[in-house]
Amino acid sequence: MDLYFQRLRGGLVYLFLITAAFLSIFPFLWMVLGATNTSADISRGKFGLGGALFDNIVSFLAFADVPLILWNSLKIALLTTLFTLAVASIAGYGFEIFRSRLRDRLYRVLLLTLMIPFAALMIPLFIMMGKLHLINTHWAVILPSIGSAFIIFYFRQSTKAFPLELRDAARVDGLKEWQIFLLIYVPVMRSTYAAAFVIVFMTAWNNYLWPLIVLQSNDTKTITLVVSSIASAYYPDYGAVMVSAILATLPTLIVFFLMQRQFVQGMLGSVK
Amino acid sequence: MRTRHSMDKASPRLNRYFDVNGWLFVAPAVLLIAVFMVYPILYSLWMSFQTGRGMKMHFDLTANILRLFSDPMLGLALYNTMIFFIVQVPVMLILALLLATMLDDKRVRFRGLIRTAIFLPCVSSLVAYSVLFKSMFVQDGLVNTTLLDLGLISSPIPWMTDPFWSRVLIIIAITWRWTGYNMIFYLAALQNIDKSIHEAARIDGVPAYGRFFFLTVPMLKPVILFTTVTSTIGTLQLFDEVRNIMTSDAGGAAGPSNSALTLSVYIYNLTFKFMPNFGYAATVSYVIVIAVALLSLLQFYALRERT
Repeated sequence: MDLYFQRLRGGLVYLFLITAAFLSIFPFLWMVLGATNTSADISRGKFGLGGALFDNIVSFLAFADVPLILWNSLKIALLTTLFTLAVASIAGYGFEIFRSRLRDRLYRVLLLTLMIPFAALMIPLFIMMGKLHLINTHWAVILPSIGSAFIIFYFRQSTKAFPLELRDAARVDGLKEWQIFLLIYVPVMRSTYAAAFVIVFMTAWNNYLWPLIVLQSNDTKTITLVVSSIASAYYPDYGAVMVSAILATLPTLIVFFLMQRQFVQGMLGSVK
Repeated sequence: MRTRHSMDKASPRLNRYFDVNGWLFVAPAVLLIAVFMVYPILYSLWMSFQTGRGMKMHFDLTANILRLFSDPMLGLALYNTMIFFIVQVPVMLILALLLATMLDDKRVRFRGLIRTAIFLPCVSSLVAYSVLFKSMFVQDGLVNTTLLDLGLISSPIPWMTDPFWSRVLIIIAITWRWTGYNMIFYLAALQNIDKSIHEAARIDGVPAYGRFFFLTVPMLKPVILFTTVTSTIGTLQLFDEVRNIMTSDAGGAAGPSNSALTLSVYIYNLTFKFMPNFGYAATVSYVIVIAVALLSLLQFYALRERT
């Protein structure tokens, strides 16, 4: 009897888990199959392979300058990531290695900025960008994202695991402080950089609200904006929407599967 | 801790050298945050006491604040946020916790595979998944035809045109996107729990649900609090989903009779959709600032009590 109940419970657990896993994957499957179907078929809820893939690609290519849009997204995401990692890791290292009461206080103020919701920044930032003549440039998207208190926090936390013997030995050998950072800290902390890379890249690639405000001309738009605008037509061409969604999702999926461990580690970094 | 920092015992000249280096290392980040976070948030505070249209503004201490209390749209946005908070956050977190406890069991086969699958939604871009949901939930679309075929409903559910169902749709969508994310936090916390306590309780005859409620849940309290607060803050800032599932170019409304209007969408509309009123929009944005600050304080004190 007891064994019977145990089996039943085991079965229910599997049923629950498999249902959850299936529902989680399903929209991805729907997206891939949808890219092969006509808009009418998608709106009718047809679930299966169709023959309209080529037409959908053609109609998406007609909707936007796709190579340029993808290049814009990639450029913004990579530059944001590069600058954020550089600035945040230098700061995280600085706050942890050169301790002073004043800097610790400043660090606490920096952490407070984590609480600022973006909605409260977007109006003043928009006015600032207007005054700097940066509207419709990619710098308007990149500049405000570089100073990330969260990534500074992440690097400072990780620096606590950096062996100080390395630093002291380097000092004895006469290395300057910036040389210690560049030649010893950076190579030693590779995996921290990898995790931060994944987080910043994904955030930058998926960013929507701020680019929506500052990138108004068609030649500066990102793939996220194009997905949104092609889908917001009164009668959207869902086939082309699916193709655009695949292009918007693929890079982050690839990064995820290549760096799954760092990805999860990076996400958990915030509760250590 | 003091021994970790050799600068404490170094000579004054060396101390100065390290101090200068310290400032140089943190300077770029501090400057950027000062220019793009601190200055705008103060600017926004100043703006919230300005009223007028476009660039013609004048100072008025109370006009915007008084307007907050007689603004039905703001009331609606707060009401929607509360609904998402009261319904969506608990449903998602309970689901995440259940999944995490099941996947923590070493006897379950294909754990890695199932975990990856459930985690996959958090990799998708918010806009992309929103348009996917939009395409699945159209009137004669996949979800309605499937439910009709299964005989679960007798007529199609008006997901996009009925205020109640449009909220349900937003809740389903957010739950899909964020359950796996929260699950990962619970899984990580569960793996740090000492399994021998569970083992002892099991031998003493405590049933599985008893161990779940009286051992697992109390031990996960800090993580549960953390995920509750971050989810609530996320709800306050909800934008991408509402705009991409509910809004079409034809009109600026967020769902049927603005049933999915959130604070962020409202601020966006006030600033960029209607006749721009930067002053009042800034005041509304401070409603979010204050809500987020209160929530973060709550989390801070609740967690500090424990350590």
